[in-house]
Amino acid sequence: MQTFDLAAEGLRSLNATLQAQANETNQTGWDIINPRGSHAIAVGLDAPIEVHVMGSTGYYCAGMNKQATVHVHGSAGPGVAENMMSGTVVVEGDASQYAGATGNGGTLIIKGNASSRCGISMKGIDIIVHGNIGHMSAFMAQSGNLVVCGDAGDALGDSLYEARLFVRGSVKSLGADCIEKEMRPEHLELLAELLERGGCDAKPEEFKRYGSARQLYNFKPDNAY
Amino acid sequence: MCGIVGLFLKDKALEPQLGSLLTDMLITMTDRGPDSAGIAIYGAPQAGHAKLTIQSDNAAQDFDGLAERLSSELGAPVTLTRKDTHAVLDFPADKATETRAALESIAPGVRVMSAGESLEIYKEVGLPKDVAARFDISAMHGTHGIGHTRMATESAVTTMGAHPFNTGADQCLVHNGSLSNHNSLRRKLLREGVRIETQNDTEVAAAYLTWKMREGATLGEALESSLVDLDGFFTFVVGTEDGFGVVRDPIACKPAVMAETDQYVAFGSEYRALVNLPGIEQARVWEPEPATVYFWKH
Amino acid sequence: MKDETHGAPRTQPIQSATFTQSINAEIRRAAATGIYDIRGGGAKRKVPHFDDLLFLGASISRYPLEGYRERCDTSVTLGTRFAKNPIQLDIPITIAGMSFGALSGPAKEALGRGATLAGTSTTTGDGGMTPEERGHSKKLVYQYLPSRYGMNPDDLRRADAIEVVVGQGAKPGGGGMLLGQKISDRVAQMRNLPKGIDQRSACRHPDWTGPDDLEIKLLELREITGWRVPIYIKVGGARPYFDTTLAVKAGADVVVLDGMQGGTAATQDVFIEHVGQPILACIREAVRALQDLGMHREVQLIVSGGIRTGADVAKCMALGADAVAIGTAALIALGDNDPKWESEYNKLGTTAGAYDDWHEGKDPAGITTQDPELMKRFDPIEGGRRLNNYLKVMTLEAQTIARACGKSHLHNLEPEDLCAVTMEAAAMAKVPLAGTDWWPGKPGTSF
Repeated sequence: MQTFDLAAEGLRSLNATLQAQANETNQTGWDIINPRGSHAIAVGLDAPIEVHVMGSTGYYCAGMNKQATVHVHGSAGPGVAENMMSGTVVVEGDASQYAGATGNGGTLIIKGNASSRCGISMKGIDIIVHGNIGHMSAFMAQSGNLVVCGDAGDALGDSLYEARLFVRGSVKSLGADCIEKEMRPEHLELLAELLERGGCDAKPEEFKRYGSARQLYNFKPDNAY
Repeated sequence: MCGIVGLFLKDKALEPQLGSLLTDMLITMTDRGPDSAGIAIYGAPQAGHAKLTIQSDNAAQDFDGLAERLSSELGAPVTLTRKDTHAVLDFPADKATETRAALESIAPGVRVMSAGESLEIYKEVGLPKDVAARFDISAMHGTHGIGHTRMATESAVTTMGAHPFNTGADQCLVHNGSLSNHNSLRRKLLREGVRIETQNDTEVAAAYLTWKMREGATLGEALESSLVDLDGFFTFVVGTEDGFGVVRDPIACKPAVMAETDQYVAFGSEYRALVNLPGIEQARVWEPEPATVYFWKH
Repeated sequence: MKDETHGAPRTQPIQSATFTQSINAEIRRAAATGIYDIRGGGAKRKVPHFDDLLFLGASISRYPLEGYRERCDTSVTLGTRFAKNPIQLDIPITIAGMSFGALSGPAKEALGRGATLAGTSTTTGDGGMTPEERGHSKKLVYQYLPSRYGMNPDDLRRADAIEVVVGQGAKPGGGGMLLGQKISDRVAQMRNLPKGIDQRSACRHPDWTGPDDLEIKLLELREITGWRVPIYIKVGGARPYFDTTLAVKAGADVVVLDGMQGGTAATQDVFIEHVGQPILACIREAVRALQDLGMHREVQLIVSGGIRTGADVAKCMALGADAVAIGTAALIALGDNDPKWESEYNKLGTTAGAYDDWHEGKDPAGITTQDPELMKRFDPIEGGRRLNNYLKVMTLEAQTIARACGKSHLHNLEPEDLCAVTMEAAAMAKVPLAGTDWWPGKPGTSF
């Protein structure tokens, strides 16, 4: 296990060191101490390493992550795991706006609540939130899965494409073109796997599924705006 | 476009540290606003006293003998405590209107930063650390305070364009975001006789609240109606004599983090601003909801 | 036929200047379809432009340089502020961002080939980076857009520069569009969208809003790319003084400023024609912002929107730009709107030069399409050769002017080398009306 003191050694040195780890690195475990809400911690990683951030982070922690597991032992600021490609990001606390924005792959697990725009424009990432999510979540979400064990805020899934949304609690309001959909056996099976991956103590049967009504897919007089 | 910090103390033992805690928070937000900085500090009011924080670009000349002249004009005791380009005038609370009128006629070049019984506002152009040092903010005691670092969007980088803006007695406002209907609103408010001195969008928001309250609204009601009447993007933090409030526009793009412990409620545009607060690791940290007015009061 | 007028003189039919034939046709079209007009290209309306400026040249008070023999440099270095590897270009004419999706793969390849031959850069677009484009472009600028279609860290690191697109001249404040006819299997796969949908891109970035957040986004992009490559920030011609100021404060290495004549693959006609300022009105304001910050030439300025000739290039440089970008002009060089396809344009209800339904994907020239049959008409090698020729001609033209003004480098052209032939152009470019020392709004004068 390597320990890296961010306050002492600086962000550039941290990211350069972590980005330099190759696929076959022996230094697979990293503890980052003194994150102090800093931005862009552990971004652009591309190796099967496990990074523990020992505290809360600022914007864009684990941005564009590939392969790595980044574990935030605190809360994450805006845009955690934005545009993630693969790997796993776990946030022990809450996540701010734009969690998992535009993510292409991998798994983002948020053990607390996520704020607004969780999963905005997601493109294949799986996001599993133990708590609630804020307004405008999954806006223009293209693909991937968003699982919410708590409640969802206003305008869930506005202008949604093909992402699947599973919510256990209440939904304050659905966004344009987002509708509740039938939970079929294949969805229950998928959800069971996602809940297990996310370490959630919840049953698939307790969730409702939401998806696109696909009424905004083509320009028509009634939906032009 | 800016950084905002705010600190509301529940624990009286922290009051001597208010200035130093806020200064540290303010400096952390330098990247978000390197153009100018300002801070509003609420101290314990002295019974029967009121104060004005004033500013002049020719402080030495304008402040020299000002207290004596005001005192003789009003027939009441007036003291002046100078801090760099600013000064605090202390006078009997029942002479508030007369003092302001007398100041305007005696020293027309002097600008009023704040008026009230507990509020003092200090703001200048420059980096937050330099502004805070000029006014020795870190030595100040108080019950609560708000700080702001500004990255100017469209209006000029000047002292008067810096935040916080004084809205009414012991009330102030800071803003992060960009309004989109402030020019029309400025014209309307000017027709209503509200004083607006700059092209700054936030000053219009402050003037709007002043006007609403003049028309009989409470601050809470004025903030509620701001959600309808102000267009654009904003996170506002307002200070009052006994607390502070937070409101974000319905889209709520501009960041806001709150932290609460038994000792305080804190606001930061970013979590970074809060990391040196005592016991932050144990604090409840959350984000205010859009289009919702929050208040904390003593 | 009986003469109903009984021989009395009649008022001639008069067409309204307000309700013109084309306006009336548009009203009828709207009434029939219930949807706004979508098209490609930039503003077609007449606005003050570079044609309204002239160079003074040299004579007795100034001495010109000889063509060919005496040096007139055209090189430019972009991104000197923070990047370890600034971009060095032989000519100050770059190729603007145009997406794979809006353009065919071979058209993107041709842009790369032509730009590389000419010693300049080309730019991706709202659809990610394609291997053929990266492979054929020596210098490739990778756009970072609100949609983030195809965005990934590997391509980001393959780029020679990153261009964060906040807006474009055709539609400042609007997002992109790509209609279903062009969402082919490959385009759909790259963008992770269902095939055949009418795709709308968001107008704001998904994970930041405003310059204070943008500053943090730039930090992240620099950390991912090791601070190696320059970061450009592209804005449409909205409020160029403020937008340039804020782009610099947020940390831009280069500001890209696109006027309203700049093209788009598809957007609402009302947006193209009614939002944004002409490029002529934008350049001096952006330069003033850079000068006020002490950053002119430290942060480079690339301007675009209706640049067609070497004279336009020279005028942009004289007004203070470091380089220009061309989009529509490059497509025309490749063969877009060529009269040789006139009969096919007629079948589409249009004519060569006016064809702007790029969003429909039926381009007879095989450029703005994803139709495999139409694409076959376009040869990327020949296209690249044509683009290189055109870029060379523009460069020679700009040099011709610069030498005539006595400049051994295009960058030494100055506003004082120009005059304006209209009041409007004088006011916008802040250069004197020809024969005077005055322009409307000149400090110290009254109008």
